Amino acid sequence: MKKKMLSFLLTGAMFACMLTGCGKAEEQAEQGTAAQEPAQEAQESDSVDISAEEEGEEEVTITYANFNASGGNEETLQKMYEAFHEEYPQITVDIETIGYDDYFTQMQTRVAGGTAPDCYELNIENFAAYANKGVLAELTGIDVSGYNETALSAFGIDGKQYGVPGNFSNVVLIYNKDLFDQAEIEYPTNDWTWDDAMEACEKISALGDDIYGIYQPITFNEFFKVAAQYGGGVLNEDKTAFTINSEENLAAAEMMIEKITETNVQPTDAQMGGMGDWDLFESGRLGMIPTGIWAFGAFTDACDFNWDICVEPGGTRKATHFFSNALVVNAESGKKEAAATWINWLASSDAAAKMRIEAGWDLPAISDEAVLAGYLEITPPENRQAVFDSLNDLVVAPIIEDYSLMADIITDKLSRAASGELTVKEALDQAQEECGAQITMQ
Amino acid sequence: MKRWKTLMQAAPFMLPSIVGMIVFSLLPIVISIVVSLTDWNGLDKLNAQTLGERLCGLENYGAILRSVEFWNVLGHTVYYIVLYIPLVLVMSLFIASILNRNMRGIGVFRVLYYIPVLTSWVAASLIWKWVLSPQYGVINQLLGYLGVRGPEWLTDKFWAMPAIVLASVWKDMGFYGLFLLSGLKAIDTGYYEAAQMDGAGKVRQFFSITLPLLTPSMFFCVIMALINAFQLFPQVQIMTEGGPNGATQVMVERIYTYGFKYFRMGYAAAYSWLLFVIIFVLTLVQMKLQKRWVYYES
Repeated sequence: MKKKMLSFLLTGAMFACMLTGCGKAEEQAEQGTAAQEPAQEAQESDSVDISAEEEGEEEVTITYANFNASGGNEETLQKMYEAFHEEYPQITVDIETIGYDDYFTQMQTRVAGGTAPDCYELNIENFAAYANKGVLAELTGIDVSGYNETALSAFGIDGKQYGVPGNFSNVVLIYNKDLFDQAEIEYPTNDWTWDDAMEACEKISALGDDIYGIYQPITFNEFFKVAAQYGGGVLNEDKTAFTINSEENLAAAEMMIEKITETNVQPTDAQMGGMGDWDLFESGRLGMIPTGIWAFGAFTDACDFNWDICVEPGGTRKATHFFSNALVVNAESGKKEAAATWINWLASSDAAAKMRIEAGWDLPAISDEAVLAGYLEITPPENRQAVFDSLNDLVVAPIIEDYSLMADIITDKLSRAASGELTVKEALDQAQEECGAQITMQ
Repeated sequence: MKRWKTLMQAAPFMLPSIVGMIVFSLLPIVISIVVSLTDWNGLDKLNAQTLGERLCGLENYGAILRSVEFWNVLGHTVYYIVLYIPLVLVMSLFIASILNRNMRGIGVFRVLYYIPVLTSWVAASLIWKWVLSPQYGVINQLLGYLGVRGPEWLTDKFWAMPAIVLASVWKDMGFYGLFLLSGLKAIDTGYYEAAQMDGAGKVRQFFSITLPLLTPSMFFCVIMALINAFQLFPQVQIMTEGGPNGATQVMVERIYTYGFKYFRMGYAAAYSWLLFVIIFVLTLVQMKLQKRWVYYES
């Protein structure tokens, strides 16, 4: 009897718990629909005027998700927000910083589930996919003069702007001064071509069995840039067809790969033995490395030799990389204007730019060089000016909807060529064929 | 009648976990079948309307089965399994028989052998990457002392998969060893005493008593290992990223890449259903075949 009583009591308690649980869920559901109503009204226009600043209007709270601040810059972002909130007290931003590894799976799920934040950050690989699938709001009325033009243009598709460049990094040639001294050759200059670089590479490689001239990763990222240096590119001008196996591209790919397979001034994967390219440079056994300016901090700490930078060598012309993440507004958001105001401020205001530079985060993608001046004062490298010199010939990534798939196919073929499995020509021909077969261009 | 009453009393207690299972497992499983019949891109709102519009029948399944890549990837997985399962069983048995002895220092060993199992795959893979480094790694150094020039493990097309097998065996042998140990402990010592009386040596005892009586535990381990092997992923992702030149690409990596990198969620869902079918069929076959080699004592 006692047992029965107990079980009844417990059952009752369980039901009570469940009922309260349900109640909460219902409440949330109600709130959810209430919040969605204005969203549906706003949906009628899928674009947002970024210049429309909400002044003294009713208070809004928007959500913003990003990955770039994770791992060290959460506080900087918070400070930026505080400065923003002082300027726009009516806009409150709920910032959510998610680690890079989880960010994109999470964001994809939230977009599909209709619970994406009002505005968020996307890397270049994902940007085109999102924009082409209509989940981003078009941004209109941007004060273009504030932004670095090339960086801004990366996030426009068919003349429509879907994002602003939130941050900015570019690639320069970093070289080991001591190795150049030992080989008794001149330091690289801004107008070097790859021919000059190869000559230097051979002399540096001759210094020792485990010393190499250069390391340039065999990836799609490198390839589209080097292709541009030789006047080529992976897409035709209006992005309707692949031109992967063009003659210019062949010259570019041969330069990249023959320095591994023929002259071996660049180590093979086996010679690297699982070592990273930065580690190789830091160990003082690598003459040159074209890499991002985000390496400066690590090299300053780890290198016990002298190093400096210059603009990356070119082929028939110069072309340099930049990396930028897009800040975008959710097409489904009911608070597009406030969201646009926040991302525009974050990306282009002087105040945010200054904080970004002071924190040593990365560069703001703005055109005002006076704001960037503070960046030049930090050494090494002494020739930090080369970071800005490199901005003159920026090449924009060939953004298409299936960017990641294209990048993976080309990287795969190129690395097969680097390992000697295919000739360079075969690699490009196969890449052309597979991209054409697997990707439908719009 | 009484049964019904018991069920009703029990229902509220089970409900929380049943609801959880329905919402977080059963529903996604059912939805993924539908998704696998569409070309949903993973970004459009997931609702009946989107899925209805994007329905494309069995096209995804056809495309996968026609692609060279699928058969390559399946081949890599089979290669892994053929190397991995015998090796992990032998090593687990070895561990189990050491643990089954009463010798000095066994306490320390009992802790040590389980450490790899508890280590995260990320940490373990990073360590193995260094252990396997052709120039600086411990393994090639040891081989060097023996006068053998070690292969270039992870960057060599033929050795990359064996290298991953090596790391996987190291990590999993403790886990399966524990199951085999419980199997060993369950064997009645009377059999050994009787065998000794009849003059059977240690080797004979092992093959005539230990091994047959251990087959139920081994059967369990083989099934578990096979299921896990088909879902091979983290160690590959970190140690080789599917390289060199795709020689270690495996199914789960492809599923993830198609779903979350190439935005072809329908294709990825179909891929995972094919994976399920393969595992399901193989497990069924094993269940049927067990009569031939698994010995239940009774």
